[in-house]
Amino acid sequence: MRDWLIRLKRSHELWLLCVIVLLCAGLTLANDYFFTLRNLQDLLTSNAFTGILAAGLLVVLISGGIDISFTATASVAQYAAMYVAVNYFGNWLSVFVIACGVGIACGAVNAVFIQKLRIPSIIVSIATLNIFFGLLIFVTKGRYIPVLPDWFARGVDWFEFTDKNDFSYSLNLQMLTLFMAFLVTWIFLNQSNFGRQIYAMGGNPDAAQRLGFHVFGLNMLVYCYMGFMAGVASLVQAQLAQSVAPTVLVGKELDVVAAVVLGGASLTGGVGTVFGTMLGVALLAILQNGLILLGVSSYWNQVFVGLVILVAVSATAWSQRPARKRAARA
Amino acid sequence: MSDISTPRPGLGQRLAGYASASTLATLLVVLAALLGVFGLVIGDKLFTPEALRSMAFQIPELGILSLAMMIALLSGGLNLSIIATANLCALVMAFILTRYAPEAFGLAQIGVIALAMLAGLCVAAVIGLVNGFVIAYLGVSPILATLGTMTLCKGLAIGATRGNVISGFPDAFTALGNGVIFGGTVYAVPVSLLIFIACVIPVAVMLNRSPFGAKIYMIGSNEMATRYSGVDTRAVVLRLYVLSSLLAAVAAIVMMAHLNSANASYGESYLLVTILAAVLGGVDPFGGFGKVGGLVLALVILQVISSAFNVLGFSQFLTLAIWGGTLILVTAVPYLRTFLRR
Repeated sequence: MRDWLIRLKRSHELWLLCVIVLLCAGLTLANDYFFTLRNLQDLLTSNAFTGILAAGLLVVLISGGIDISFTATASVAQYAAMYVAVNYFGNWLSVFVIACGVGIACGAVNAVFIQKLRIPSIIVSIATLNIFFGLLIFVTKGRYIPVLPDWFARGVDWFEFTDKNDFSYSLNLQMLTLFMAFLVTWIFLNQSNFGRQIYAMGGNPDAAQRLGFHVFGLNMLVYCYMGFMAGVASLVQAQLAQSVAPTVLVGKELDVVAAVVLGGASLTGGVGTVFGTMLGVALLAILQNGLILLGVSSYWNQVFVGLVILVAVSATAWSQRPARKRAARA
Repeated sequence: MSDISTPRPGLGQRLAGYASASTLATLLVVLAALLGVFGLVIGDKLFTPEALRSMAFQIPELGILSLAMMIALLSGGLNLSIIATANLCALVMAFILTRYAPEAFGLAQIGVIALAMLAGLCVAAVIGLVNGFVIAYLGVSPILATLGTMTLCKGLAIGATRGNVISGFPDAFTALGNGVIFGGTVYAVPVSLLIFIACVIPVAVMLNRSPFGAKIYMIGSNEMATRYSGVDTRAVVLRLYVLSSLLAAVAAIVMMAHLNSANASYGESYLLVTILAAVLGGVDPFGGFGKVGGLVLALVILQVISSAFNVLGFSQFLTLAIWGGTLILVTAVPYLRTFLRR
């Protein structure tokens, strides 16, 4: 227990948590609506897409790679699953199987290019982003799927109840999958043998290779996991938007990268936690939500997001300077 | 062009020469193959003066932006903020032009245009200084620092304009994007192409012949070793991000003159394409290697694919997919070559 406390005190997560608590306290004082169950439900629902992708990207970053093709993967997965559901047949199982299957296939393509052709992951994922997205628009001619099947559009509403003002609350598809995504990722990274190997590989790929890790298999697992999460996230987004437009997701990839990195994951690999990622996603979500509640024109939103990213990464880099100097001297 | 690598001492330099020579050879083969295939399929239509001129009109915007990206890549960094910088600068220039240029005539109008450009370059310099300071002196990784400034600049641009377009510039200004010299003859050359060449040659000379350029390559190969050999790496990094920003501002001038308007979100799809172009041109994504000549060749290849697909009536999105495929193919060549040799 004491170990755990000491580790927390030195950690990036604690700082992030303090910032979020301060932000929440300020917003609660400034606005009555902020600290309500209804706002919490809105926040979770509208940020589930980013959160699920962040969970997948965290695993990729820890393994020492990067993936920015996931928005294109999600677009393809979403379109394929919904096209089949609208035109042929569909139930919850089939849409998830198709979307996740497409996602895993796209991830496998990335892994093969990265590992077998020895191309850096950032280059591969820039290329595959263009390939997946370009082919999707070419094949679909950019057409929307405006109406989704009824059972899908209705979604999931567990434990539904209404308060005295007739607002209805429920555990919906977005929240359920968001919780599941973080839980599964936490178990995968912290409780499984594969998770430990991914941390080790990200920390020192050469050592991992020499220790006899199956590096290709591990990378395959990592990129397929990212693809799987992209498939899940794409359905969550389709259910929220109540339609599928092949062009709306691509372009949001750097938002997810920003959230994961704010959460303390390092682009050089081996570092990052699920809890930190949750906080990173939460910070950006609460910031944007708070600005809207405070009546700041949403046109100025990105200025604050940019400032937070700049300040956070600068502060992190600054606080790590002495440690790095010591490491360099040793 | 400036790719004649003079023999110089230093293993790194020589390795860079070999690496770029083999990439150049690969790119030339790819280009020749593309021209051959498209020539057979399409015929002369791809090579008429009009078709060539329309290609020449399309290369400069992406080309100057790719140069800005390349300088950062060579040092082992990345500059994700180039498009946002270009748009913010374009809006500042557009604001000055639409406010003061219509009332001014003759020499005064030229003065307003010069003032606008100066203001745009100043804004770019400030953004470059922020990037450079955060990266060099605070030690933030370039991806994160420029991701932050990208979001910040885009936010400022959207906030100030509410997402609206500013348009309507004087003819003397739009000529920079749409004008040609030797107009009416077969030899008409777009002004924007000349601006591109005016960026390419100094940058190539700077990278190959100046101490500053050599230091950029050294930092890209091994920053620690460069610092321990007495180079003030931080000052070099600061300057190179300022330079990258200034190039983005030049791209902004060409882009807004070409479109006769400015907006907070023009050209966003260019961002990843500039990395694609640079890496296709033989720039090592981890820094240290790459020549301007390779980049120019890569831009020509991308443009030939795009123009040919346009003539064939394919969608521009298929072009994107083929661009991605070309990148993977060309970057895999060195690996495939060693694989086949085994």
